Amino acid sequence: MLTDLTITTAIDGLRRRDFSASELVSAHIGAAEALNPRLNAYITITSESAGAAARSADEALAKGDAPLLTGIPLGIKDLFCTAGIRTTAASRILSDFVPPYESTVTQKLLHAGGVFLGKTNLDEFAMGSGNLTSFFGTVESPWHRTGDATPLVPGGSSGGSAAAVAAHIAMGATGTDTGGSIRQPAAYCGIVGLKPTYGRCSRWGTIGFASSLDQAGPMTRSVEDAAIMLGAMAGFDPRDSTSSEQPVPDFRAAVNRSVKGLRVGIPKEYRSEGLSEEMQAVWEKGIQWLKDAGCEVSDVSLPHTEYGLATYYIIAPAECSSNLARYDGVRFGLRVPGDSLDEMYEKTRHDGFGEEVRRRILMGTYVLSAGYYDAYYLKAQKIRTLICRDFINAFEEVDVLLTPTAPTTAFGINEKPDDPVQMYLNDIFTVPASMAGVPAMSVPAALNAEGLPLGLQLIGRHFDEETLIAAGSVLEKAAGFTARPDIHAGVAA
Amino acid sequence: MTWTIEGSTGAWEIVVGLEVHAQVISKAKLFSGASTLFGGEPNSQVSLVDAGFPGMLPVINHECVAQAVRTGLGLKAQINLMSRFDRKNYFYADLPTGYQISQFVHPIVGEGKIEIELADGTTREIGITRLHLEQDAGKLMHDQDPTRSFVDLNRAGVALMEIVSEPDIRSPEEAGAYLRKLRQILRYLGTCDGNMEEGSMRADVNVSVRKTGEAFRTRCEIKNVNSIRFVTQVIPIEAMRQIEIWESGGEVDQETRLFDPGKGETRSLRSKEDAHDYRYFPDPDLLPLVIERSWVDELAAALPELPDEKRARFQTEYGITAYDAGVLVAEQATADFYEAVAKGRDGRSAAAWMTGDFFAALNRMSRGIEESPVSADALGGMLDMIADGTINGKIAKEVLETMFETGESASDVVERKGLRQVTDTGAIETAADEIIAKHADKVAEYKSGKDKLFGFFVGQVMKATAGKANPAMVNEILKARLDG
Repeated sequence: MLTDLTITTAIDGLRRRDFSASELVSAHIGAAEALNPRLNAYITITSESAGAAARSADEALAKGDAPLLTGIPLGIKDLFCTAGIRTTAASRILSDFVPPYESTVTQKLLHAGGVFLGKTNLDEFAMGSGNLTSFFGTVESPWHRTGDATPLVPGGSSGGSAAAVAAHIAMGATGTDTGGSIRQPAAYCGIVGLKPTYGRCSRWGTIGFASSLDQAGPMTRSVEDAAIMLGAMAGFDPRDSTSSEQPVPDFRAAVNRSVKGLRVGIPKEYRSEGLSEEMQAVWEKGIQWLKDAGCEVSDVSLPHTEYGLATYYIIAPAECSSNLARYDGVRFGLRVPGDSLDEMYEKTRHDGFGEEVRRRILMGTYVLSAGYYDAYYLKAQKIRTLICRDFINAFEEVDVLLTPTAPTTAFGINEKPDDPVQMYLNDIFTVPASMAGVPAMSVPAALNAEGLPLGLQLIGRHFDEETLIAAGSVLEKAAGFTARPDIHAGVAA
Repeated sequence: MTWTIEGSTGAWEIVVGLEVHAQVISKAKLFSGASTLFGGEPNSQVSLVDAGFPGMLPVINHECVAQAVRTGLGLKAQINLMSRFDRKNYFYADLPTGYQISQFVHPIVGEGKIEIELADGTTREIGITRLHLEQDAGKLMHDQDPTRSFVDLNRAGVALMEIVSEPDIRSPEEAGAYLRKLRQILRYLGTCDGNMEEGSMRADVNVSVRKTGEAFRTRCEIKNVNSIRFVTQVIPIEAMRQIEIWESGGEVDQETRLFDPGKGETRSLRSKEDAHDYRYFPDPDLLPLVIERSWVDELAAALPELPDEKRARFQTEYGITAYDAGVLVAEQATADFYEAVAKGRDGRSAAAWMTGDFFAALNRMSRGIEESPVSADALGGMLDMIADGTINGKIAKEVLETMFETGESASDVVERKGLRQVTDTGAIETAADEIIAKHADKVAEYKSGKDKLFGFFVGQVMKATAGKANPAMVNEILKARLDG
């Protein structure tokens, strides 16, 4: 089946004329339309424009000089502005917003020949770890506990992208990661998710949540696919002052790079209490796999890890409270009229934002307020510097870190904790790398006893995604993770 | 002498500091490529960045940074090689992103100074606290519709320099002199056009009062005063209001006030309690602004000569008075014009003609020096004709007037009207003899000691020669005849 292919195999198949881009895209569109009513992975499916793009792809392929991703069907997180295609951030406030511009990352993917199937669901404004806060409804994970139909979360915030890739209704998808929003859903859905170094991919045209943390990255079913997609997404953009001028290496070439002698660090602070025994066991397995491949494994210390989450939940809301001020009903998006300007603001923002977004705006406003700024925001910035230094110090001793991606497997949609802080604990292993801006990748490693995926996280030096890809390939091969969710393309929902 | 206001409890001194918002001269806005032209159709000069669309990001315009550095250099201020942009958060319909990008903690320019001259000829130094870059907001239009307000974002995102003075100003006159001097420096540098009517320069005036020798008392800020005249008007008005409060046993509240020039009063805009909490924090979309010392040095080397230096040079190079030099350097264009006239000529004569008949003629025509019908070359040509004796000073006045009317050169006017000075001794002697013969009575009076009558004879001879006689020769010939 065409939906069984990875990006890597489809690139070859298209060039061998085993199938056309139109066939490939329509197989995915068909599956997406069939499964989406159940999974809700897509907010918008763009069947028509995808079909047209596929026909152009076939023409380009026929001419023989088509770029690498020509005809590859991709899902785009609905946080990337796409010209002429509604872009909602899964929020009511932008539910009718059609941007007249294309984000840099999606423009680069289009330039590389990618075909967009549609816009994938997410937590509202990327704020959440379970895809439970979307105005367009919860995403259901295509995975279920063995013999148990309880609907589970796909993780978040890039839950729609993760679910779509896992269910084979997108060959790959874009995600964005602020504190774990690519890696955690990738782990929950048994796919690969790569958060590049901060600055590797341009943020221009991607709806901002926390500017100093937001980073786009690929979500795919293989490490090589992730390397291919990242190569197309990355690169300096003069329109984003925080984007890096570092040259983009041939990420794909790193897939087969030897890891013999690679020094792998195990951060001892990650052996925390919340870690499940199963996760602990998979972690040990991962260590063994890397040892078997010739890596030298040693313990390292990231002493400020315990402050990561608290610091993150000050800095990210602070930035979000300011970044989301532009949604005021004046120029675009939802407007709820009021008798005065202030009343219009209040009504628009109350009705336009969901509970979690409002909570974070309030938290962020609070920590930036006069009298609290020093105690919260300033202190958090100082700790952030210390966390960053932890990584830099660790990377003097080792080349890459191996940790679990998330403390547990996916939880049930109706099992979500009442206490938002419990929910925030999902990010405990992913947040520190975000704070430091270093690249990190989740690779599916095993299923737990209930048949749900567990992911391992690799964390690398700034701008050293290649080592993640090399080590990730080793884990991928050793794990031999071939399990599929019970709901996927070709299987009735 | 200290400027004071007399209250019922004695004399009060005023303490004033000014925050000037000067619009940076640049083609594009501070963080977007949109144009900065004044007077475009509403919302015709707005980029997606300016309008705060989702995912749009600011990118610093380096020309604006250069302008801020040039201004800092012109204010003899410290240039900070590392500065940072912060967000000032508040909601208003003219502020698309919900925050203004400004430099709160680390401005690009630190302490500097301006020397001001006062009417009595004294000078004073006013300290500059800082200069920082920030974005302007848009404009709300409340008069377009009975129930709705419209928003024009053309100005949103335009670069402003906020230039903050120390509370060193002690009189309305000093405030006016400070603003004029600042505007002059900005214009010389070409970093702001200083046009207060178009709003490209606006002042917030901080006023407090105190008894001599006291520490500062509470100040009030009067926002957006948009002319130098209003600034000098509002200071005593606000000071008087505060004095009345203090003298009646009250307490001045720290607040933001507005000036109503029509009513001649200030009124409260918001009190300290209602003051916005701007929640400043570093803009995470922008990296710290780091500039190189070598670049600053390049800008410094390319800086034009500033008014103070130019005035000093004019005094020594052209031998003119401090007053004339001050008048001539007031505007760059005037100074350039003067130099073109004075080069290779008598600088004092050039200054006298420019500050006298030349400016008078321009004033009558309500023209700026850039639109003068008499060019620097033409004025210089006229001075040359005086110097070589072709015309005398009196005739020159007439010649200049004609030059203004017709645009002719001095030599053309002199030839056409036959105004060439009479230097023919015989002709002047004949005229002198005729006058002496005609006024025998006056000659007798003169000879009996009425020296003043000499002027009468000079005047008569000049009149007889239609003003064209060389005055020195007239003097010489008359003296020989009357005193001999």
